[in-house]
Amino acid sequence: MSAIALTAADRTRLRKMHPELFAPGLFKRWGGLMLLAGALAYLVYCWSFFEVGPKLAEGKWERASVYMADWISWEAQPRYRFQPDGTLEIEHQRFSPLGENPDPDWMTALPGGREEVTFGDQSNRIEIATTGVIAVLGGVPYDIAFADEAAILPADAPAAMSEKNGRVTVDYGFAGSAEIRATQVLVRRRFLGWENFWFDTTSPFWGMGLPELWTSVTTGPQISPDQSNLSLAWNEFLTNSEWQHGDVLNKLLQTIVMAFVGTLFAATLAFPLAFIAARNVTNSRPANWLTKRFFDFTRSVDMLIWALVFTRGFGPGPLAGIAAIFVTDTGTFGKLYSEAIENIDDKQREGVRSVGASAADVNRFGVVPQIAPVVISQTLYFWEANIRGATIIGAVGAGGIGLKLLEAMRTNQDWENVAYMVLLILIVVFIFDNLSAALRSRLIGPTVH
Amino acid sequence: MADMTSGGSGLSAATGTIHRHYRQLLMTRRLYSLLAVAGLAVVLVFALLFANNASSGKFLDRLPYLFDFIKNFVPDDPFEIVRAMFDLPSPYADGSFKYDYEVGRHYLFGTGFYIPEYFYEMLVTLNIAFASTLIGGLFAFLFCFVAASNLGVAAPLRWLMRRLLELMRAFPEIVLAGMLAAVLSLGPIAAIFAVSVHTVGALGKMFFEVVENADMKPDDGLRAVGANWFERVRFAIVPQVMPNFVSYFLLRTEINVRASTIIGAVGGGGIGEVFRQSIGRDHAAKTYAIVILLFLTIVAIDQLSGWLRRRLVGNAAFQFGA
Repeated sequence: MSAIALTAADRTRLRKMHPELFAPGLFKRWGGLMLLAGALAYLVYCWSFFEVGPKLAEGKWERASVYMADWISWEAQPRYRFQPDGTLEIEHQRFSPLGENPDPDWMTALPGGREEVTFGDQSNRIEIATTGVIAVLGGVPYDIAFADEAAILPADAPAAMSEKNGRVTVDYGFAGSAEIRATQVLVRRRFLGWENFWFDTTSPFWGMGLPELWTSVTTGPQISPDQSNLSLAWNEFLTNSEWQHGDVLNKLLQTIVMAFVGTLFAATLAFPLAFIAARNVTNSRPANWLTKRFFDFTRSVDMLIWALVFTRGFGPGPLAGIAAIFVTDTGTFGKLYSEAIENIDDKQREGVRSVGASAADVNRFGVVPQIAPVVISQTLYFWEANIRGATIIGAVGAGGIGLKLLEAMRTNQDWENVAYMVLLILIVVFIFDNLSAALRSRLIGPTVH
Repeated sequence: MADMTSGGSGLSAATGTIHRHYRQLLMTRRLYSLLAVAGLAVVLVFALLFANNASSGKFLDRLPYLFDFIKNFVPDDPFEIVRAMFDLPSPYADGSFKYDYEVGRHYLFGTGFYIPEYFYEMLVTLNIAFASTLIGGLFAFLFCFVAASNLGVAAPLRWLMRRLLELMRAFPEIVLAGMLAAVLSLGPIAAIFAVSVHTVGALGKMFFEVVENADMKPDDGLRAVGANWFERVRFAIVPQVMPNFVSYFLLRTEINVRASTIIGAVGGGGIGEVFRQSIGRDHAAKTYAIVILLFLTIVAIDQLSGWLRRRLVGNAAFQFGA
């Protein structure tokens, strides 16, 4: 193939023939860039409108890592109080996750009335005595002495040790920290995992491993005289005071029920109404107009407004959530279904009508088969979306897991419970996404996405 | 549509067999449909009983009194709603929060000109919605080409990106907002973060589906003249998918305006929060003012975005859920 060579005459001729290609309009040439610049300018405006800079600077970012660590780990906080007679008294936090009389292997008594706490391995530990504390960091021991009611930072202290108001803090990273005062040592020991997830410390099954639990519920001696060990274990699991499995699962089920019933009712009501709203099926302008405005109204009044209105009406609980989803989605479904009906091919209806079918049969065999794929896929899409959305309307009191999540987050103490609920929600969303995809491809074939 | 019920009469043996098989298939199909409907009905009944038991007010007990609270929501006179909306002093003022319309004024340029409280809160909500749609849209645009299966992105990277988008879509917004609120304090920034993350997930999925449906011939052409990956995406894919992208983006804007009112009600600020407070305290005129304002805004945004979308992609229905 020979290279294309253009003469000057060819060029001018081409320029004349296609002026729009060689000299495009200003908007065509710069429009994209202008839109991008506009978007960036708007974001800059929002930055100052919401005072993002100062707010970010005020943020307590040092807490963020602790909160994030709380998602997947827990902490024990034993306190070693110095007694006047030179002994140590160990005090655990109230409702300690270690149970009533803990004796974990990372706390050991040394000869001479001293106590030792290890942070992961022997090269990271702390030896406590009323006369002085030895902190071992990475195998190097540092002596912390007391004088004038204050702990004294050793001269060669590394960056992981700091002193403030006569209190020396030794930071062992994720494994925890120790705060050394002249009167006591407060140890924070962090472990990966969710503590006491299955049974809380007051339960007879607490601390049992899986094999032990299995023997107990199958062949072990009956613990409670009036119920079997299996039912007792199930009961103890559901009433776990820290994790509240029973309540969480109940609230989760409420969220699923809200989305399911709300969507189903909305589809059931919107389906016949859509036939009234469609111009080509119902030949009455006032009826079309009235139904369409009804759909617009219920759709445009926000789901939040409906949720709050029905929470006032029914009281807090899933009934309010069902009603809110039902009313909002009736409008949405009505609009979608009636648009689908108006876009159908009229030939099928004519064919059915021409053989003398009744009005109901014309719609049943002339319209429904055509709109069924749209109706089914849209309804399933909104079902999925509502399972996700029902979480948040629950937070304003309309039932479900939303309020429980909000309460767990408000204290800033129970991030592990938040993590647990988020995990459950993600699992539920995943299951229902796949269920609805499977239903969709089974009912209308895999082609429509 | 009635079948020949006198199966076999006057039919040849072969036709009779076919007819009998047809009727058997029909009966099986009907039986399955009936079973499915019955199963759904049973699940529904149990779901309703469960919901009724879990609610603090039982359905049948509450039904006659459902709208009784409206009695508390009769404004003193219709103009009270106007006064509440525009922060004008009320003749019924008795020092209580119910009539303190002037308090919320946001003065601009000294004391002469002010934005009424609810208009200002509406502006906050709209800014949350627009800012998070923009941020989410930008990231979704960047991510979608990595997640699409037709652009030759390494399979593990594509798999990772898709899971990331799924996670962002499914992660409860309220927890995202709560995580940031724990560090920053509640407010619009937490709301923007939450809505943005969800938008990346939701828009990213729709975007990469559009990319996968793109015509690959321009891409082949560019590949033939030796264009690299970025050039192929920029000049072969982007021009094709842009109208649909913008259409989905506008649809997301509509959805996000609603989402940011809801997240406002759980502490994100804006109109949602003042609405929750006013309906909780039986402030009739304020509540109606907010409902009217919110309704008009949502209708206006929907109309505007619908008009723009029709201009961009014609009447193609882009009405998929979140």
